[in-house]
Amino acid sequence: MELVKKLLAGDRRALAHTISLVEDDGPEAHAALAALYPHTGRAHVIGITGAPGTGKSTLVNALARLYRRRQLTVGIVAVDPTSPFSGGALLGDRIRMRDLAGDAGVFIRSMATRGSLGGLAQATGDVILVLDAAGFQRVLVETVGVGQAEVEIASSAHTVVVVTAPGLGDEVQAIKAGVMEIADIFAVNKADREGAEHTVMAIQMMQGLAPQAMVPGSRADDGWEPPILKTVATRGQGVAELLEAIEAHAAYLHESHLFERRERARVLGELEAILQAELLARLRARLPEERLETLVEQVLARRLDPYTAVAQLLESGGSL
Amino acid sequence: MSKRRIRVLIAKPGLDGHDRGAKVVARALRDAGMEVIYTGIRQTPEMIAEAALQEDVDVVGLSILSGAHMALCPRVVELLRQQGMGDVPVLVGGIIPDEDVPALRAAGIRGIFGPGTNTQDIVAFIRRELALQEPEAGER
Ligand SMILES: Nc1nc2c(ncn2[C@@H]2O[C@H](COP(=O)(O)OP(=O)(O)OP(=O)(O)O)[C@@H](O)[C@H]2O)c(=O)[nH]1
Ligand SMILES: [Mg+2]
Repeated sequence: MELVKKLLAGDRRALAHTISLVEDDGPEAHAALAALYPHTGRAHVIGITGAPGTGKSTLVNALARLYRRRQLTVGIVAVDPTSPFSGGALLGDRIRMRDLAGDAGVFIRSMATRGSLGGLAQATGDVILVLDAAGFQRVLVETVGVGQAEVEIASSAHTVVVVTAPGLGDEVQAIKAGVMEIADIFAVNKADREGAEHTVMAIQMMQGLAPQAMVPGSRADDGWEPPILKTVATRGQGVAELLEAIEAHAAYLHESHLFERRERARVLGELEAILQAELLARLRARLPEERLETLVEQVLARRLDPYTAVAQLLESGGSL
Repeated sequence: MSKRRIRVLIAKPGLDGHDRGAKVVARALRDAGMEVIYTGIRQTPEMIAEAALQEDVDVVGLSILSGAHMALCPRVVELLRQQGMGDVPVLVGGIIPDEDVPALRAAGIRGIFGPGTNTQDIVAFIRRELALQEPEAGER
C-alpha cells in the first residue's frame, strides 16, 4: 500500500490520512492496519482519564514537553464526546496543547466518540496502533471527561493515570469506584488550590476500602501500589515526578511479566470481539430479513423462548 | 460502511483575545453534524497549517477581528498549499472591509463572512464547497 509506505517513511500527511482511514472504517482500513501491524508493539501507551475539567489536556501538554526534553517522540490522541443530537462534536483539547506546536516529534489528533460510550471512540485502539507504527515512542491518550463506567481506557493503555482535582465537591463523587480500580497512578492536579491534601487523603482512604470486584481491566491483582502524586499542570509542577512514576510503572510491567500477560488477555479479548461481530454479520447476510422478524413475533407471542429461537436461527443459518 | 464526517478546523489567528464569534460558529457547525476542532486564540499561520494537517480537516475557518487579515489569511492559504492541502477551502469571518475582499479572494480565500452572518449560511457554504469537490460528498 502506497499510503502505508509513505507513513513508514515519516510522511506526516500520510499518517494523518491513515488515521482518518481507520477512524472512518473506510474500505482500505483493514488492509492498512494489516500492513502496519508488524511495525506496532513498540510504543508505551499512557491513558489520561478523569472527570471533566480536572486538567487532563494541560497535563498531557506538560508531560509531552518533558518527554520531548528526554528525546522521546510523542503521539497524542484526545477524545471528546460526539453530540447525541446532531452527530457533530466540538473537539477542544488542542487549546491546552499549544506549547507542542512546531515540533516534528509530536503528533496530536483529536477524535470524537461517535456514539461509543466507554470514554473512547471505537477506533481509538486502531489509531493508537497507527501512531505506534509511525514510530512514536510514547502515546498519550486523553479520554473524555469520565463519570464512572467509562473505563475502556484500561484495556487500551499500558499505564492509566487517573486525574482528579480539589474542589469538585464530594470527593467520593469525583473518583467513582470503577475509575478507582483502573488507576495505575493518581494525579491530584490543581494542587495550587485549597483542598489538595484532602483529596489525597480521600483517595488513600478509598484505596484501603477498594472492593476487589472484577471490573474489566481491573488492576486489583497486579501487586502494584498506585502512587498518588500532586501536580500543578499549568506550571509544570510535579510533572517530572508523574513522568517518573509512569516510567517506573512501565518498567514494573515488564519486570513482573504482567506486560505479556495483559497483552495476551487483550489480544484474546480483541479476537473474540472481532469474531463475534464477524459471525453476526455473516449470519445476518445469510438469513432473509423476514426470518428474524418472524422469530421476534413468535417470541413476543410467547410461542417460542429466546434460547430456542436462537437455536433455530443457527440451524437454518447453516455452517458459517 | 464509511463513517466519514466533515471535519473543520476553527482557529483564531492574530493577537486579539475575543473568541466569542469563533465559538458561536464552532457550535453551529457541531449542531449541523460536523466535527469541529477548536484550537483557540493567538494561533500563528504555522500553527494553523500544522493542526489542519494533523487533524486531516476538510475545511479551515479563520476568525479575525484584529484587522490583520491581509497578512494572516494569504499566509495560511500559502502554507496549506505548501503541504499539499491546496484543495482545502479556507474561510474567514470577522470584520473585513469591502475593499479588502477582492485581494483576499485573489489570495485563495473561498468564503468571507461579516459580523452579522447567519451561521446557517456558513453551514450551507461548507456543504456546497465540499460537494463541488466530490459528487458523493453530500452523503458524508
Ligand atoms: N489552578 C489550576 N488550574 C489548572 C491546572 N491544570 C489545569 N488547569 C485549568 O483547568 C481548566 C481545565 O483544564 P483542561 O486541561 O482543559 O481540563 P480537561 O480535564 O482536559 O478538560 P475536559 O477535556 O473538558 O474534560 C483550564 O482552565 C486549565 O487552565 C492546575 O494545575 N491549576
Ligand atoms: Mg481536555
